[in-house]
Amino acid sequence: MQTKEFKIKWGMVIDIDKCTGCGACMVGCQVENNIAPMTKKDPYNYVQALTTDRDDAANKLRTLTWLTVYELSNGKTFPEHEVAYLPRPCMQCGNPACVPVCPVIATDKNEEGGIVSQIYPRCIGCRYCMAACPYHARYFNWWDPLWPEGMDKGLCPNASPRPRGVVEKCSFCHSRYLKAKDKVRAEGGDPMNLPDGAYTTACADICPTKAITFGDLNNPEHKVHDLAKSKNAFRLLEKLGLAPQVYYMSEREWVRKQGDNYNGNGGHGAPATNHG
Amino acid sequence: MDSKLFPEGTQRCSFGQFLIWLAVILGFFGWGLYAAVLVLYNGIGTTGLDNYFGFGAWITFDLAVIALGAGAFFTGLLKYILKIKQLEKIINLTVIVGFICYSGAMLVLTLDIGQPGRAWFGYWHPNVHSMLTEVIFCITCYCTVLIIEFVPLVLEQKQLNKIPFIHALAHNMHINMALFAGLGAFLSTFHQGSLGGMYGVLIGRPYAFREGFFIWPWTFFLFVLSAVGSGPVFTVLVATFMEKLTGKKLVDFKTKALMGKIAGSMLCVYMFFKILDTWAWATGYLPSVGLTFDQMFYGVAYGKWLMWAELGLCGVVPAIMLVTPSIRNNPALLYTAALLDCFGICINRYVFTVQTIAFPAMPFDSWQVYYPNWVEYASSIMIVAYGFLVLSLSYRYLPVFPLETKLNYQSGE
Repeated sequence: MQTKEFKIKWGMVIDIDKCTGCGACMVGCQVENNIAPMTKKDPYNYVQALTTDRDDAANKLRTLTWLTVYELSNGKTFPEHEVAYLPRPCMQCGNPACVPVCPVIATDKNEEGGIVSQIYPRCIGCRYCMAACPYHARYFNWWDPLWPEGMDKGLCPNASPRPRGVVEKCSFCHSRYLKAKDKVRAEGGDPMNLPDGAYTTACADICPTKAITFGDLNNPEHKVHDLAKSKNAFRLLEKLGLAPQVYYMSEREWVRKQGDNYNGNGGHGAPATNHG
Repeated sequence: MDSKLFPEGTQRCSFGQFLIWLAVILGFFGWGLYAAVLVLYNGIGTTGLDNYFGFGAWITFDLAVIALGAGAFFTGLLKYILKIKQLEKIINLTVIVGFICYSGAMLVLTLDIGQPGRAWFGYWHPNVHSMLTEVIFCITCYCTVLIIEFVPLVLEQKQLNKIPFIHALAHNMHINMALFAGLGAFLSTFHQGSLGGMYGVLIGRPYAFREGFFIWPWTFFLFVLSAVGSGPVFTVLVATFMEKLTGKKLVDFKTKALMGKIAGSMLCVYMFFKILDTWAWATGYLPSVGLTFDQMFYGVAYGKWLMWAELGLCGVVPAIMLVTPSIRNNPALLYTAALLDCFGICINRYVFTVQTIAFPAMPFDSWQVYYPNWVEYASSIMIVAYGFLVLSLSYRYLPVFPLETKLNYQSGE
């Protein structure tokens, strides 16, 4: 297992105990990154109009949600029953499963900061990366992206919309990174040493309970540096060796235990699971 | 009406009958074509695939036909390189079946990728670390080799072959066929392996991940072995099916039994390593990542019965049947073993494609079940119809079976 290291390593620490499952992060992500909503009808496609409808947002296995909130359950009955919410962006793995499998280098991990890129005009839509990612962090454009009239006026100028037939995923709001570096440069600072908070993601920005902390995991002046090392911090599926740059923390042991498999005690197939 | 085009000394059904037969095939083909148009025009959303199942029926179908089409390269290798003369009685059919399987798989892949217009990126922006890149390279190159192997057979068509230049060209291509057979064997071995490697390298998918040798996971070698352990008998099944359909003897049973023996021997080798691999995976790798063998299975679609069927009924049983001369030399038992063998390989390709991604690696996630919809079935049936079409035309007009006249029209043989 080779983990790719960089001087700067952008990462997240998500405090599950603070997450209320409100879904604001998902909305923020959707708006920031121009993620296409799901519409049943496509008024521009007459063949579609003659055949079956497209999926609407009710089909959670077809929606585009770069960040999705999973519901965790401790599996016990009332009054011991407890739930927790786990927001899942792209883990930006240090040893990503998706990058080496892409046949056309449409996804790579080669930029300072360690963000796994996704190059939409390069992607051929084979979906091999989706098959490779155990976190289900990758999404495919099953239909032509369509914004209902009026919604197109709210498109964010910083993120390029994707065509049908390519894979997309969370980029840690990469355009915000570029803007933050530009701003620091203009102010005469060092873009390789951004102060804590100069660059942050939409989900971290919008979270009402500040459950998501974002920063450089390698920089001791950033909060995430210490948070990621705290005793309650863990990463998802660490045993598989993908070395995610997203950390979670919880004071509850049952929550921490759901971050990985423990030879049969993981609670597989538990019914209390939601996508989104 | 078209009897002047038939191979030398053979009889075929009337042209009218043949047209009715073609119409039936084209009916199925048309249905699939409609599905294909929907996929290309409306998008892959028309299928049963989703974000949990990026791979499904199409990829399973692709992998299965490519494995079953392996008869072409392996028989070619044995005939042209190892000079097993007996195999020339079936070699033409193996080439045609191989050509159908590979060109069919490529057609399905153009539907399966979201941006078919970018398919050439595999050559333009290749990622040398990706097993899929190797698959793209080898499948396209090998399909070209199969076309080169198919061309002389077309040139040997009775009327075409009367033209001196074409006669000479076909003859010269035949003489140099060993080169292409060798090239084909090399390319085909590699991509059969890469298809297995595609799954074995998935570090995030415990159902499929395997350790291996150098850069190749064990699945690389297992897929090669399973393909050569089933491809030859698939050709036998195709030949037998054609015999039932046409009411003629096309390949002598001795050749079929030899193909059974070849596949059986390879299947034995395969099963030995496959069982070892499964054992090591279940007792070594899975516990090391905190999983248990039982966790890998779910319900009927991903149940243990599939594994036992694959390894037992459709693995060890046909392997023993095919290597035992007394069983192999009984036609009914040979065909039964061949069918089981081919089913086993299809199950293997299915579980590696679908069960691999169905297993929820995150403990709080749940199993999802994938159902292909009519669009995927219809487009796959389109490929089968395409195969029927190519085989029907080849059988009617090309000298595919060298023994046909001897076995059917000459008395006392």
